[in-house]
Amino acid sequence: MSEELEQYNFDFHRETAEIVRDGSEELKIKIGEFAGPLDLLLFLIKQEQANIFDIPIAKITQKYLEYIQIMKQLDIAVAADFLVMAATLIEIKSKMLLPRDPKAIGEEEEFEDPRQELVDRLMEYEKFKSAAGMLYERSTIEQAIFTRGPIESDDNNAEVDASVFDLLTVFQKIAARHVDEIKMEIEREEISLADMIKSLKARIFELGEVNLLEFFEEMRSKRELVTAFVAVLEIVRTETVKLLQKTTFGDIILRKAA
Amino acid sequence: MSEEVEVQEIESTPRSPAELMTIVEALVFVADEPVNSRVLADVLDEDRGAIEAAMEELAKEYEAREGGLQIRSIAGGWQIATRTELHEEVRKFLKTRPSAKLSLASLETLAVIAYKQPVTVPEILEIRGVQSATSIKTLLDKRLIVAKGRKEAVGRPMMYGTSKDFLIQFGLRDLSELPSIEDFEDLVQ
Repeated sequence: MSEELEQYNFDFHRETAEIVRDGSEELKIKIGEFAGPLDLLLFLIKQEQANIFDIPIAKITQKYLEYIQIMKQLDIAVAADFLVMAATLIEIKSKMLLPRDPKAIGEEEEFEDPRQELVDRLMEYEKFKSAAGMLYERSTIEQAIFTRGPIESDDNNAEVDASVFDLLTVFQKIAARHVDEIKMEIEREEISLADMIKSLKARIFELGEVNLLEFFEEMRSKRELVTAFVAVLEIVRTETVKLLQKTTFGDIILRKAA
Repeated sequence: MSEEVEVQEIESTPRSPAELMTIVEALVFVADEPVNSRVLADVLDEDRGAIEAAMEELAKEYEAREGGLQIRSIAGGWQIATRTELHEEVRKFLKTRPSAKLSLASLETLAVIAYKQPVTVPEILEIRGVQSATSIKTLLDKRLIVAKGRKEAVGRPMMYGTSKDFLIQFGLRDLSELPSIEDFEDLVQ
């Protein structure tokens, strides 16, 4: 379906009608860049090169309705506001078709053009549209200006959530240290993962928090260290505990979540 | 005792304009957001006028030097920032890309709020002719607008206005620096 849409050709104002593929999964359809019905109306008036004070209402209404039709064909949910404007246009059109009250003829100053209110709204809207353009330009300029980055001081360096990668770094640090240690062949009972989880859990709940570096240091073999590491991962996954790192490259603390 | 008084007197000897420029330059440099001259005046126990004069002189100096930095008056304070022309190099170094632009609808909503504040959602709808709920949420999320209390009208609708972040992000000293909305009328016709 998306392929079909991409080849869709618009009969009118192709220059603003475009279909934009956003990423590979999401297909975004952008018909021009109309911010609302007034925006669309202004576009149509300009396209017809019509005078805003003397809008050819029949023609503009027809174009407007065609446009809404296209939106419907493209399965775009036509916002209610666009339909309200369509109704307003049709109302104005019908009012203009009505013959004027013969008694009122000659009293030119009392005759109010049915289009007047719409013109006022369009004029008011266009000012803000221009103001929006001004803001756009300003923000573009501002984006080209940079201030210095924040200085890392203890004040603004709040506790940050440590990631699994930070955890891995700590693990590697200790594993590397273990390599240098003199190996002694001593038969000992290996602690199981279940026991390791149990003992770590008990420690967290007793002390409130456990410094991971210290915890890993206690391990007597690489095997135990790996078991301890897996236990930490398991506890973080299943229990209400948080990994915290107070400073960049600082110790990671396992804390009972409040 | 008398000696102490003397010491204090020496300390409070008025600083020369050149000295003051050196000091405020350092303070504005370390500040992480635009600094108001009143804050600087309080810290240094100086006259606010003297601070303003020093900052303006400093800004001129920076300008004349044509270096990589500029001193700007923004959001009611002073700030040291890079020059616009250097954006490509700075961006390459920081490995950043320009942040996502606001949509046309959000910009329009922001324009209405900036000029009509404090303004309610129905009032925005009247001008834009379209619901602005999504845009308002985006603008609130980006902290460009803030709620400014409720209007004493039917339904007591929430009123919105622009924030300090708005001034910073759009490079404005204050709201009066926005061109008058009537100026846009000339463009329209």
